[in-house]
Amino acid sequence: MTIKPIGPSVRKGKAPNPRPFMNEYLAGALLGAVLFLSVLLTGDGLGASGAVQRVWAGILDFIAPHYVDTSAYLVNYAGGSTNPWAHWIVFLAIGTFIGGFVSGMIGRRVYTEIVKGPRISNSTRLWFALLGGTLVGYGARFARGCTSSQGLSGSALLSVGSWVFMALFFTGALVASPFVKKLWNN
Amino acid sequence: MPFPLDLIALGDPLTNLLFLVVGVGFGFMLEQAGFGRSTKLAGQFYFTDFAMFKVMFTAVITASVLIYGTAAVGLLDMRKVFVPGTYLWPIAVGAFILGVGFVIGGLCPGTSIAGAATLKIDAMVFLGGVVVGVALFGVTVPHFMDFWTYSDYGRLTLPDWLGIPSGWVVLVVVVIALLLFWAAEIYEKRSLDLDPKDAPRGRYIGAGVLVALALVIVVIGDPGTKDYWGVVSAEQQVRLDNREVQIHPGELLAIMHDKGKNVIMLDVRDQRDYNQFHIRAARQVDPTLDAVEAVALDDLSDVNNRTVIVTMSNGEKAATDAWKTLIANDVINSYILEGGINEWLEIFGEDADPKPVNYPDQLAFTFTEAIGGRCIASDPDHHEFELVYEPKVKIAAAGAVVGGGCG
Repeated sequence: MTIKPIGPSVRKGKAPNPRPFMNEYLAGALLGAVLFLSVLLTGDGLGASGAVQRVWAGILDFIAPHYVDTSAYLVNYAGGSTNPWAHWIVFLAIGTFIGGFVSGMIGRRVYTEIVKGPRISNSTRLWFALLGGTLVGYGARFARGCTSSQGLSGSALLSVGSWVFMALFFTGALVASPFVKKLWNN
Repeated sequence: MPFPLDLIALGDPLTNLLFLVVGVGFGFMLEQAGFGRSTKLAGQFYFTDFAMFKVMFTAVITASVLIYGTAAVGLLDMRKVFVPGTYLWPIAVGAFILGVGFVIGGLCPGTSIAGAATLKIDAMVFLGGVVVGVALFGVTVPHFMDFWTYSDYGRLTLPDWLGIPSGWVVLVVVVIALLLFWAAEIYEKRSLDLDPKDAPRGRYIGAGVLVALALVIVVIGDPGTKDYWGVVSAEQQVRLDNREVQIHPGELLAIMHDKGKNVIMLDVRDQRDYNQFHIRAARQVDPTLDAVEAVALDDLSDVNNRTVIVTMSNGEKAATDAWKTLIANDVINSYILEGGINEWLEIFGEDADPKPVNYPDQLAFTFTEAIGGRCIASDPDHHEFELVYEPKVKIAAAGAVVGGGCG
């Protein structure tokens, strides 16, 4: 079953006609410039998983405040009268969403789609997206940062831990890749 | 150094707006690079698409050159930049799990936000999975809290660890990345049938600029005490001239006996004068820039904010130089003993014999024997003296580095 693409970038009755992506090196240099401006102005790099952590802590704090207040881990983000959402990383994530949308609009790429390899069904893709997301979320908290904060930002700041992160991230992905070849390839 | 901006002074609304704008740039570039599409990112690990590797490492070397370059010319104070702490083994394990999840799900937290913004349903589901993973971690981490906090090396950068200037590290990283790009392009030509001539010529110019800038950072070298003093001298010299930081011996004595405060006394006179007489708890430090700098960086970089640091010499000259070194290295609650050891002895040294001085930082008393810290004047009874002075010590909280992307 295919889903019919809908969204602001799709004209009625026509197939999506996305523009090509930016050249890799140019995109990388501009992404690096954004990271540099973040460090220069705020003293902090980019990040994403911290925002997920805080959004989740906020939800938990709403439904089970006592659990949050007594959790040695969650009191880092919420508990007492602290509002876990009132943190810059949440605003950074909101900005990331807006920026992604604006770029997608310019590139005519904002339409519903399940991006997947050719050999698997939609539901298979979505179940594995959920599984992969779960592992990524778990690993990101374990490593105290995700590909954005530890990987990208920490490496640019020449943090030793971040280069260890990069090495083990690529190792993990390369070790696992043969087992999930069917998800992505012909 | 005007950067990074003082976010506390900026206030919450503007700070959050700033991060929102930075986030817009971040999300925009992720989407422009095609990172909202899981197939493109996963392709890296089957060597069918090198976008992830090229974009990520171009970003790393570009940012690294710009960050350490602005630090070298004195625009950016690296000491105020958050560097993720190196928790060696938890990072290694977490990164491996993350890598496995990445090739299964095809995205990471940041890219899934960009994907969700362009209505990619798999990215939305992935992002939901990230929430589940984060929640699971919160539930399970209490069972291995010891491991999660194990092997903490704190803020550790490659230049610190290797003991070589940051410019050289930046240069090596840039060169290695460029060599890997070159290798990737050869592979793309042979195995993926991509013609490197289709890639823009500008990438050679960009590579040249990055190498040239890295060489400039090598030549300039890392900022030191003199650079840092140059930056703060305008406001700090005024404090010196207005005598806001020279504290009366009576105030020092009061602080020494104040249970709410700690005091670290640095006696920057030579060994001979120190052995003749010194305040009991004072620590002798050679009055050279290197010696004082070492103390500032190694011993005083993380003193708590109840601690006052007081420098002292016979007069005030050497103590003032030492104070400048401390202030330049961000040891903020630093003061100078007014009038130095000479004034101290004038007030408390009942048995000391005065002698004329030929230069300002000379010891103005003679001792029949070297008494070091053993006489009453080394630690006078603060109840015995009724001294009138203007208290000057104001303890300021350090401009601590807060937050962090992982926070």
